[in-house]
Amino acid sequence: MTKLYVARNPRVAARSLDGEMMIMSGRDSTLFTLNKTATILWQSADGHTSLDEIVEQRICSEFAVEPAMALQDAETLARELASHEILNISEQPIAQKTPVDGESR
Amino acid sequence: MSGLLEEVAAKALRLNVPLNVQLDLTYRCNERCVHCYLDHDDHGEMTTAEIKHLLEEMADAGVFILTLSGGEIFLRKDFFEILEHARRLMFCVKLKTNAVLIREQEAARLLDLGVESVQISIYSHRPQVHDAITLVPGSLKRSLDAIRFLKSQGLKVIIANVLMTENMSDYTGVRALATELGVECTLDPTVTPMMDGNRSTLNLGVDQNQLRQVFRDASLVGDVDEFCAIPAEPGESELEATPCSAGHTACYVSPYGEVFPCVQFPFPTGNVRRQRFVDIWRHSDQMNEVRSIRVKDLATCTSCTHVSNCTRCPGLAYMEGNMRGPSSQDCEKSFARTGVPSANMLAKKRVAANLVQIRAISASPGAPVSGAIA
Repeated sequence: MTKLYVARNPRVAARSLDGEMMIMSGRDSTLFTLNKTATILWQSADGHTSLDEIVEQRICSEFAVEPAMALQDAETLARELASHEILNISEQPIAQKTPVDGESR
Repeated sequence: MSGLLEEVAAKALRLNVPLNVQLDLTYRCNERCVHCYLDHDDHGEMTTAEIKHLLEEMADAGVFILTLSGGEIFLRKDFFEILEHARRLMFCVKLKTNAVLIREQEAARLLDLGVESVQISIYSHRPQVHDAITLVPGSLKRSLDAIRFLKSQGLKVIIANVLMTENMSDYTGVRALATELGVECTLDPTVTPMMDGNRSTLNLGVDQNQLRQVFRDASLVGDVDEFCAIPAEPGESELEATPCSAGHTACYVSPYGEVFPCVQFPFPTGNVRRQRFVDIWRHSDQMNEVRSIRVKDLATCTSCTHVSNCTRCPGLAYMEGNMRGPSSQDCEKSFARTGVPSANMLAKKRVAANLVQIRAISASPGAPVSGAIA
């Protein structure tokens, strides 16, 4: 199976509020809020950890979910976030753009 | 406000998170707007390092929307360094500027750094009016050129049009100009007293007749009958509501590190040079005092017809002498909208009437022959 890599889009604005991310799209200032699972995916999206590693290390360890199903859900979510230009998605590791490197709090 | 933003604001209020902060980077300015409330000297602005540290504290405290304003922000030589740091911390950054110093290169850099919007003050579509307000010849042309540079980069630009007697007849021209440039336009008839308490700038504001005209312009307010309707009696929830977001989900930081509930509410609550931002936000007695006020606590306003939809600004009320009192400028707005005087206006009228006492004229020689003002 092809590995997928995800990276936070440095053009968005983001902040954690009570454990859930608020994200404002850099494209059109649309506001999104992510639930706790999507927030974990966002916070782990460093461009060099693959999606299956994120699912295994961060999601399956925290939620009692079956890994294959969790990976499938995570990929759907990642593609949806990518469609809103919140995440960048690639089959290769993604180098974070500098100087804005997407430090997330 | 969008539904989701309202939800987020309600959550921030519940969790005591300062969602929205305006940080003025400097009070220095390259314009001298006649109505400006600031003193433009530098009394010891925060250094680059101090501001970067503050931004980190604000990010940790949960601040999401960061408005960088002044003074003129581009007068700070470290402006882009500060902006870059703010974006690295993933703030949603909005800028307020006169844009005189924005050329193609600056516009491109702002796009690159992912600024959410740039708000630019435009007072008139006519140079002779705009430049007479900024007191800088050629300033309208410079600002409009900047808007075009920003738009050509695809940035969101908002024209802010402060309405005064001097430019009252030009707001339709400014709105047409905004449409032509493809940018948003906001209109604000509020002139603020100077931060040192000097209220002379208020004389520049629009008068009651002009306010009435603005509030009956359907192109601005939509349904005039609805906008100008006398509000319904307030319910329990309206009386339990907080007066505005100042001190609840928003605050203001001056170039000297002073923290206030809002840029229009100069009630000192602490200084980030001596305390952590989050400690001021959470524990300052002054911030908590502002936070404790509910609409039902506003002595004069609670009995006012307009209480349920008044635009009352607690900061303007504070500058009038009582943060729990009315803000006369907003009383004037409610009156202009509905034709019904506010409780504050009626009380002032009663006091004025009580000051004039006509004494009976005595027939005896040497007695007063006319009324006297007590």
